[in-house]
Amino acid sequence: MKRVGIDVGGTNTDAVLIDGEIVIATTKTFTTADITSGVKTALAKVIANAGDAAEGVEAVMIGTTHYTNAVVERRNLGRAAAVRVSLPASASLIPFCDWPADLAEEVNGGTYLVHGGHEYDGRALVPMDEQEVAEAARAIRRDGVNAVAISATFSPLTSECETRAAEIVRNEHPDAHVTLSSSLGRIGLLERENVALMNAALIGLASEITHAFSDAVSGSGLDAALFITQNDGTVARAELARDFPVFSFASGPTNSMRGAALLTGRKDAMVCDVGGTTADVGCLINGFPREANNVVEVGGVRTLFRMPDLLSIAIGGGTIVTDSAETIGPESVGYRLGHEAIVFGGTTLTCTDIAVAAGLLDVGDKSLVKTLDKPLVSKALATIHARLAEAVDRMKTDASSVPLLAVGGGAMLIPETMPGISEVVHVEHEAVANAVGAAIAQVSGETDRIYRGISREEAILKAKESAIENAIDAGADKDTIQIIEVEDLPLSYLPGQAIRARVRVVGEAVSAS
Amino acid sequence: MAGLALRTPNQTHRVLTADDMEALAIGAWILGTGGGGDPYHKLLNMRQLYAKGHTVTLIDPMSLADDACIAVVSNMGAPIVGQERLSDPEFSARPVRMMENYLGRKFDAVMALEIGGGNGLQPMLIAALTGLPVVDADTMGRAYPEAQMTSVAVANLKCFPFAMADIRDNEVIIPRAESWTWMERISRKACTEIGSVAATCKAPRTGEEVKKHGVLYTTSKAIRLGETVLEARKNHTDPIEAVLGAAHGKRLFAGKVVDVERRATEGFLRGQAVIEGLEEDVGSTMVLHFQNEFSVAFKDGQPIVMTPDLICALDTVSGEGIGTDVIRFGQRVTVLALPAPPVFLSPDGLKAVGPGAFGFDIEFSSVFEEAQS
Repeated sequence: MKRVGIDVGGTNTDAVLIDGEIVIATTKTFTTADITSGVKTALAKVIANAGDAAEGVEAVMIGTTHYTNAVVERRNLGRAAAVRVSLPASASLIPFCDWPADLAEEVNGGTYLVHGGHEYDGRALVPMDEQEVAEAARAIRRDGVNAVAISATFSPLTSECETRAAEIVRNEHPDAHVTLSSSLGRIGLLERENVALMNAALIGLASEITHAFSDAVSGSGLDAALFITQNDGTVARAELARDFPVFSFASGPTNSMRGAALLTGRKDAMVCDVGGTTADVGCLINGFPREANNVVEVGGVRTLFRMPDLLSIAIGGGTIVTDSAETIGPESVGYRLGHEAIVFGGTTLTCTDIAVAAGLLDVGDKSLVKTLDKPLVSKALATIHARLAEAVDRMKTDASSVPLLAVGGGAMLIPETMPGISEVVHVEHEAVANAVGAAIAQVSGETDRIYRGISREEAILKAKESAIENAIDAGADKDTIQIIEVEDLPLSYLPGQAIRARVRVVGEAVSAS
Repeated sequence: MAGLALRTPNQTHRVLTADDMEALAIGAWILGTGGGGDPYHKLLNMRQLYAKGHTVTLIDPMSLADDACIAVVSNMGAPIVGQERLSDPEFSARPVRMMENYLGRKFDAVMALEIGGGNGLQPMLIAALTGLPVVDADTMGRAYPEAQMTSVAVANLKCFPFAMADIRDNEVIIPRAESWTWMERISRKACTEIGSVAATCKAPRTGEEVKKHGVLYTTSKAIRLGETVLEARKNHTDPIEAVLGAAHGKRLFAGKVVDVERRATEGFLRGQAVIEGLEEDVGSTMVLHFQNEFSVAFKDGQPIVMTPDLICALDTVSGEGIGTDVIRFGQRVTVLALPAPPVFLSPDGLKAVGPGAFGFDIEFSSVFEEAQS
C-alpha cells in the first residue's frame, strides 16, 4: 500500500512517499507560519519527486507538534469551561486546581460543580441535578465561552451522567463544543478532567489545523484518506483526530523513533533525533518507543497519557550559538532558519552553520561560514557532542553497549563514538525518519473498564471485543488487528468479582472507500 | 531514629511548612510499601489550605500528657475509588467530630493510623481544619491492609469505639467489637456498602498508650525521607541512594517490570510483579508478592526479604514510590528494604504481620540481621 507521511515540526515540514516499507521519495521543506502552505509545498514536492510512482497513494498521514507547542508556549489556546458532575464528593479540589497558574488563567472559562456521578459498582452516587447543569450551561453561554469539558465521577465505568449533561449543555448553549472526559479514557478523575479541559482548549486550533491539512491534501490531486498520527505511534482518521487533539501531543518523537526502526531494521536501540529546535533521545524496545515510567506532564499539567519516555534537550539545527561559543541554546531561530542562519544569508550563528563550517553538512552557501574562527567551530561542536552524549547516557538503562540510531535533519551533529554505545548507525533517509514513522503508523483502539460478576477471562474477552470495535471505528482494517496490551486489575477491597481490564489493539489503516 | 535529629532537646512543637508537606507526600509514598494510596490529592488539599493561611503543628509524642486523648485517623477503602472521589478535608474531619460527640469530650491531638501512602497525610488535613496538633507517630511505621496489623493491636489495646463517615449524610459508629479482627470484618462491610471509601476515626488512644505502643517519630522520618529525595533530584544525584542513606535501607534489586499478575481474593489485591534484572542484576529475576502492600520478595526462587521489613519498589529515575495497583509492565524499578518497626519483630508482632499472616510458610528473617551477622 502506498502512503505519504508528513511531519510538521517547529522548523521543518518533511514528507515521504512509501510503498509498503520501501521509501520512494522524500522532501524536506521549512514549516510556514500558516502551516498549510508548508504542507502543500511538501506534498507537491514529494509527489513530483516520486513521479509516476505517486499513482495510487491511498493514505496521507500527518504528524504535528503544534498542539504541544500551543500548550507549552501558551498560545492559540481557547477558553474552556469545566462542568464536573461529582457533588457532594470532590468539592475541595476543583477543576484547574493543579494547573500552572499562568496556563489556568489563559484557559479557565469558569468551573461548575454539580450533584451526581456514580460509584465504582455503577450505582448513582446521588441523582444528577439537571437544573444545576442547565444553570451552568446558561452561565457559560453568557460568558461567551464556547468550549466545555464535562467530567463525572466514575464516567469510564458508566458515562450516563456525562452524556445527559452534554445534552443539557447543547440544549442551553447550541454553539458549545463539548468534550466528555469519558471519551478520553481512564480512571483518575482529576487527570481525566485535565485532559478533557486541554482538549476543549485546543478544539479551535484543531479545527483550523485539520482543515488546513484537508485543504492541502485535496488540493494535491491525491485521492487519499487523511490520518493524523497519535502519541503512541498509531493514527486516527482526521475527523476523529479533529475532536481529540490531545491524542496527538507527542506524535513527532514517536514517529521519528518508529521511522528509525524501519529505516535501520533495528528493533532494540537508543535513538537520537536531532531536529530543528530540539534533540530528542529515546529508547526503542521491539520496534516501539519505551514508555515514560510515571504520570506524564504536558505544559505542567498532569495527564494520563501514554507517552514515549523522552529526554529533550535544546540542541537542533536552528539552535543559536553565541559568538564565543560560550553558550548554545536554548533559543532557536525555528522555522526562520532558512533566512536567519549565516549559511542562508542571515546574521544569526546556529548549529547548522557550525555543522557546515565543520564540513559535516552541505546546505546553503558554504563560503559564508569560511571566516568563522576554527577553534570556535571545534569548541561549539565539542559542546554539542558532549550534551548529546550526556543525554544518551541519561536515557540508557542497560549497562551493556547498545547501538544508537542517528536520525533527524541534524543527525550529523551526533558524534561518531559515545561511551556505552556500540555503534552510531546512520542510514539513508535518516533526515526524514519522522515522516517515515508517520507513513507507517497504525490505527489503535483501547478499552479500560470495570467488569463485575463475570470471570476474569470473560472480562478480558469483553474488553478485547470493545477495543477491537474502537479500533475499527478509528479506521483500522479488521483483518490486521493485533492485541498488543492486556492489563487487568481486580479491585482491592471490593466484594465479589470486580475487575478493571484494559486492552489495547492496533491494526493497519483501512484505505479510503 | 531519623526523627530525633529534627528536634532540639526542648523543642516539642514544630510548625510544619508547605515544603514539609511536599516532602511528607514523597516520604509517605515510599513508606507505603506499595499500598496506602497515592498521596497526591491530599497534597493538593494541603497546598490549598496552606495558601489560605492554615498551618499544622507537629508535636513530640513524648510530650503528650498521659491522659491526653488522641484521634487515630485514616481513610478506609479501595485506592481506585480515591482516584475518582477526590480527597476532601471537610470529609476527613467528620468522623473526628462524630467521635468527639460520641465521647462527649474534645480530642487533644490527631495521629495517623498508618504513615504509609495517602493516609500519612490524613491527620494533616484534619489538623489544618481543626487546629489540633498532629502527633509525630503512627501505629504501623508503614502501611498494612488490615485493622489488626497495627502496633496497638499487637499490644492488645482496646479496639473500639470506631466512627465512619460517608460523603452523603450517612454515619456509622461501632460502639463495641470483640476483637480487632471482628472490628475489621464489621467495618469493612459498612465501608463497602457506602462505596468502598470512608473517612474513619479508630479507637481513641491515650497519651500514655501512644508513648508506650505507638510507632514514634514516623511523620518526621517521612518528611526527612522526602527531603532527601527532593534534594537528590535538585542536585542530579541518585535519589535511590539518598533514600537508602536517610532510612538506613538496603538496595536489593534493580530492573524492569516484565509481568504483573493481580487477582482479587477475599476482598484484597493479591498478586505478584516479576522484575528482570538490569545492570548488576542482569541475569537475575525478582518476584515481588503483594497483598495490597508488598509482602515477600523472591530472587531467583529464594525468599530474600519479607514483611515486616519494608519492601519498597521505587521509580529508578525519580525515586518516587510505586503502588501495587499501578505497577506495570515496562517500569524501571529499584527494590529496597527498610528496617521494620521493632514492635513487629516480637513473637506477637510477627504473628500479626510476619510472612505467615500473608499466607507464606516461611520463617521470618530480616535482611538487616543478616547484614549484622
